Amino acid sequence: MTTSFVIKGGKLPDGSQSDIAIAGGLISAIGSDLPVANATVIDGKDCVVLPGLVDLHTHLREPGKEDAETVLSGSQAGVRGGYVALSAMANTSPVADTAGVVEQVFRLGQSAGLLDVFPIGAVTQGLAGEELAEIGAMADSAARVRVFSDDGHCISDPLVMRRALEYVKKFDGVIAQHAQEPRLTQGSQMNEGIVSSQLGLKGWPAIAEEAIIARDVLLADHVQARLHICHLTTAGGVEIIRWAKQRGIQVTAEVTPHHLLLTDELARSYDPIYKVNPPLRTEADVMALREALADGTIDIVATDHAPHPAESKECEWQEASFGMIGLETALSIVTKTIFDTGLLTWSAIADRMSYAPARIGLYAEHGQEIRVGAPAHLTVMNPTKSIRVDRDLVSSRSRNTPFHGMELPGVVMATFFKGNLSYKAGA
Amino acid sequence: MRHLLSIADLSAAQAIQILDTAEELSRVSDGPMKKLPTLRGRTIVNLFAEDSTRTRISFEAAAKRLSADVINFSAKGSSVSKGESLKDTAQTLQAMGADAVIIRHSASGAAQRLADSQWMTGSVINAGDGTHEHPSQALLDAFTIRRNLAHGGSDLTGIHVAIVGDILHSRVARSNVLLLTKLGAQVTLVAPPTLLPTGVESWPVSVAYNFDDVIDKVDVVMMLRIQLERMSELFFPNAREYSHYFGLNRDRLKAMKPSAIVMHPGPMNRGLEITADSADSARSVILQQVTNGVTVRMAILYLLLAGSQEL
Amino acid sequence: MERAITRISHEILERNSGSDSITLLGIPTRGAHLAARIASKIEAIEGRSPQCGTLDITLHRDDLRMRPPRALMPTTIPSLGVENRNVILVDDVLFSGRTIRAALDALGEIGRPASVQLAVLVDRGHRQLPIRADYVGKNLPTSLTQIIKVHFTELDGVDEVTLEEGLA
Repeated sequence: MTTSFVIKGGKLPDGSQSDIAIAGGLISAIGSDLPVANATVIDGKDCVVLPGLVDLHTHLREPGKEDAETVLSGSQAGVRGGYVALSAMANTSPVADTAGVVEQVFRLGQSAGLLDVFPIGAVTQGLAGEELAEIGAMADSAARVRVFSDDGHCISDPLVMRRALEYVKKFDGVIAQHAQEPRLTQGSQMNEGIVSSQLGLKGWPAIAEEAIIARDVLLADHVQARLHICHLTTAGGVEIIRWAKQRGIQVTAEVTPHHLLLTDELARSYDPIYKVNPPLRTEADVMALREALADGTIDIVATDHAPHPAESKECEWQEASFGMIGLETALSIVTKTIFDTGLLTWSAIADRMSYAPARIGLYAEHGQEIRVGAPAHLTVMNPTKSIRVDRDLVSSRSRNTPFHGMELPGVVMATFFKGNLSYKAGA
Repeated sequence: MRHLLSIADLSAAQAIQILDTAEELSRVSDGPMKKLPTLRGRTIVNLFAEDSTRTRISFEAAAKRLSADVINFSAKGSSVSKGESLKDTAQTLQAMGADAVIIRHSASGAAQRLADSQWMTGSVINAGDGTHEHPSQALLDAFTIRRNLAHGGSDLTGIHVAIVGDILHSRVARSNVLLLTKLGAQVTLVAPPTLLPTGVESWPVSVAYNFDDVIDKVDVVMMLRIQLERMSELFFPNAREYSHYFGLNRDRLKAMKPSAIVMHPGPMNRGLEITADSADSARSVILQQVTNGVTVRMAILYLLLAGSQEL
Repeated sequence: MERAITRISHEILERNSGSDSITLLGIPTRGAHLAARIASKIEAIEGRSPQCGTLDITLHRDDLRMRPPRALMPTTIPSLGVENRNVILVDDVLFSGRTIRAALDALGEIGRPASVQLAVLVDRGHRQLPIRADYVGKNLPTSLTQIIKVHFTELDGVDEVTLEEGLA
């Protein structure tokens, strides 16, 4: 395998036709009819070349739940989806609340060598929501953690949230909140609404998300700290964030691919493949989320890739685990819901899926514009091709995708990480 | 009709067919012919993952009157309570040759999961899944109402039914709302606001917070059981306040129309949602509901299992 | 058809020494109509109406699994019941005999008649069980592909028996 490549005949995010040459881990040339001697040619016909995708919300399950996923298998799923960086959430077993665990995850990512795995540190010890975890130690560790989250759990105690927001200012860190008021969602199974009232499944009201977002943007304003809202799902939440940004509050927000497409009507089958936290909401929410991603109220797409073994999904809804995998289908879903609908250009999608996530996570090597001299982290994708999603053919160790059987546009043809070809379609 | 999972899946015509079949079968079982050979050789399994004596016995009686073999698989002491998954249980039943599984489960949607899965090929009958539906209860309720009030009509047009109590957690309420409206009845739900589901505005019903506004206007008062655990979940302050505002007491009983009847799916909390004299009054058809339960369940088993599986 | 019904009615009265001990049970749908016709003929002759009802045999059929479930027909047993009575089963056409076998089973669960006799308008042969009719309107040898239909004015607007070729 050579370390020199030329991507021929593709388009840059701004739409201009250009070849791209890669050598020594960097982008060495951009132009037309680049020479191909001593280089492997990657066919970029009909393709758009995006800056390598960066996921700010991934569950890699290692340590503790290796039957569902490992850092290696998650990395393999990631590169297949065009990702060059993943952010491993802290709700592992043991929880990533010490320098030791985050360094372990970091090293696992390095030895897999397919992309960068940036561990996210827990905010509170054991995710219990009471005592702060060793945030400083994690920030100073080899993993250099900058994003902290108790994702899976909400930091519901306002004092704890305040202290956490203040504490990470020391190194310009960010607290990523999983907005779910626990008292309003005890035993909740799906979005609270017309469908849940008919199905007899306990509802998860939108206000459980909105109330926490409202409180936290005010807190972030008060202590002048950065706040990130994980997996936004409600139209009401969108309005609160829009208001907060207008006031100059340093809040950012993410949306998952599945919340851009799927609604709570799917729960009528009682198939827990559609059971997810936060839940699928209504058509009106889906449309509001798409518009918000388009106008920048929502800054990024983040997968919330949540692998679960088969027995956690082949059962009654109540017994099933919450979560869907999503690394391998993310770009396709965005192509379908955001590009094909004319809401954003590739340039803007590059921002939502690469520049902005890297900026929020302070991943300096990533999210750079495609230019000569930049590290060669690239995603080559053909939006004119489509693929039928087959859960038996995923690279992830788990098969819990809600898109099985769906025909989706946008196929990743190649992924480059540090100038190496980390993934090639059909290889 | 291969399964009976929810009233939502039934057309009005299918529901009336079940009621008419039950009407014929009751003539048979009221007479000397107590046992029929119709389902001889069929194996019916009662898969009751949630405790219930009356529904299980009712289905068992219905199956045995049609000469089917009945196997009981109930929660306590079975592998279901030891954590065996629904999938494994279903595959075991399939291997044992069950023609039909009557399932009662605490998870909403359990019956549909069983029917949609590839785990077994028999018919699935929902005997109550979580807070979702209880189709055979609604059918026997409609049968009872039809017999008492429809004066020979085949459906329930012109009959006004009040369903009173914990609508939010009641599968009986959900199934009844669907079936009664499907058959042309008018339905009013009576409950405190905390016990009505979000989205009830989209249901084809009226809602009343005040029982007394409604009591003298309806032909049927259907009382639902209230679980005392709901108090600790802050749905209402205490039993006294609940029964004061929503209980069927002597004064409310007197205020009812002369022809109106009292129903309750059982088991009753005598003294809480219904006083003893209301339950035992001449207007109460609660015991008829129990008898009708067996005939309606016989009709369901006959229509699902007696014929061929293709439709 | 009228004459056949008249003759059958007289034969029933002759064999049972009058109408006091008999209970006519028609098998729905057409057997029930025929039974009603016979009952009113007997009433015209004797001056008293005989015991007459219907007996649905759907639940006792042996071929239920071969088709989608059938609707149940009404079963009405007249006031004196069947115990110790001379029950006369009435059906329009006697063919394989399975319907009558089911009727005997159904009857057996209701009670113990003194005797069970069978009256049919048409016997078309091709018995699959050892069943025979006591009173027959007409013997009509047929091939298995032929279809016999009995029509009653009350139901179909005309009294007639038709024989047509069916599908092989």
